Amino acid sequence: MTTNLAMFLIILGCAVVTWLPRVIPFMLVRSVQLPDVVLRWLTYIPVCILSALVIESLLNAEGKFVTFEWLNLMAFIPTVFVAIFTKSLSQTVIAGVLTMAVLRNLF
Amino acid sequence: MVSQTEMKTVTTDSFSQGIRDCIPTLLGYISIGLAFGVIGITSNLSILEIFLLSVFVYAGSAQFIFCGLYVAGAPVSIIIITTFIVNLRHFLMSLTVAPHLTRYSSLRNIGFGSLLTDETFGVAVTKLMKENHLGGRWMDGLNLTAYLSWIAACTLGGIVGKWIPDAESWGLDFALVAMFVALLVLNLVDVGKSKLMHYLKLIGCVAVCMYILSYFLPGHLAVLFSTIIVATIGVVTEK
Repeated sequence: MTTNLAMFLIILGCAVVTWLPRVIPFMLVRSVQLPDVVLRWLTYIPVCILSALVIESLLNAEGKFVTFEWLNLMAFIPTVFVAIFTKSLSQTVIAGVLTMAVLRNLF
Repeated sequence: MVSQTEMKTVTTDSFSQGIRDCIPTLLGYISIGLAFGVIGITSNLSILEIFLLSVFVYAGSAQFIFCGLYVAGAPVSIIIITTFIVNLRHFLMSLTVAPHLTRYSSLRNIGFGSLLTDETFGVAVTKLMKENHLGGRWMDGLNLTAYLSWIAACTLGGIVGKWIPDAESWGLDFALVAMFVALLVLNLVDVGKSKLMHYLKLIGCVAVCMYILSYFLPGHLAVLFSTIIVATIGVVTEK
């Protein structure tokens, strides 16, 4: 249960650089009225960033060619169907985890 | 067809509703937090350091990369710059959520921003899509539940890590992906037919962008640039 000053300062440095990008926009929009085109641009961010995060987990960029992360891809397909049919966050997460557990034990 | 506005129902802005809306994401937070604690210990971090990282940095991917760089003996400057880049996507997330909370004080806005993560962002924009409205108390309930669960899970992972069976074989690492899938689908449920087609084409663009960028960039930067590029395509191609 110890640390030293150097480690504490590194953690603090990382804290500052993760905190600033999170907080600056909240301060920015209080003083600046964002132009309409930027606001419209921002409405696309959720779908784009969420799909990018999902796709990131489906790709394997370790080799010479970018290929699929096959196990994730196989678990992804039933997960999408459960999400569409249940429209429930918790049921989708449980279905995804169960599918992955089954796949891991099969392969 | 019933118009979009008529279908929107606004739930009350309550702290407890925020907690309830956070619960489905907790499996993701807890399993990844536990995993982080285990990795932290094997990377020669102390339990106190694991606790401090989860309190001050509060970002899953950045904390994992921190461990990797620390173990590899990377210089401090590299650790800090990499952490910055990995979390830069939060700038876009904050910018998306912030305009809906300007009626609250600066201090509360700093609070909303400080506790923004991929997961709370996903839950908040899903609520925005449904109700076109965000309440401060609801945000606090959501954010604090996620934050405290994360700190508890990371620290617990560090303490009991040695005795936890491999979380991967339980499929728990997929909780996060499944959650993003669900949030994505929930964001598309209420958009209407013509907009849905537009969004589906944009998701196709994201896939193409991600695939190409993955050749040149680490995953977190591919996510950032794909989002910026495709959101721009979205504005240009909208009717």
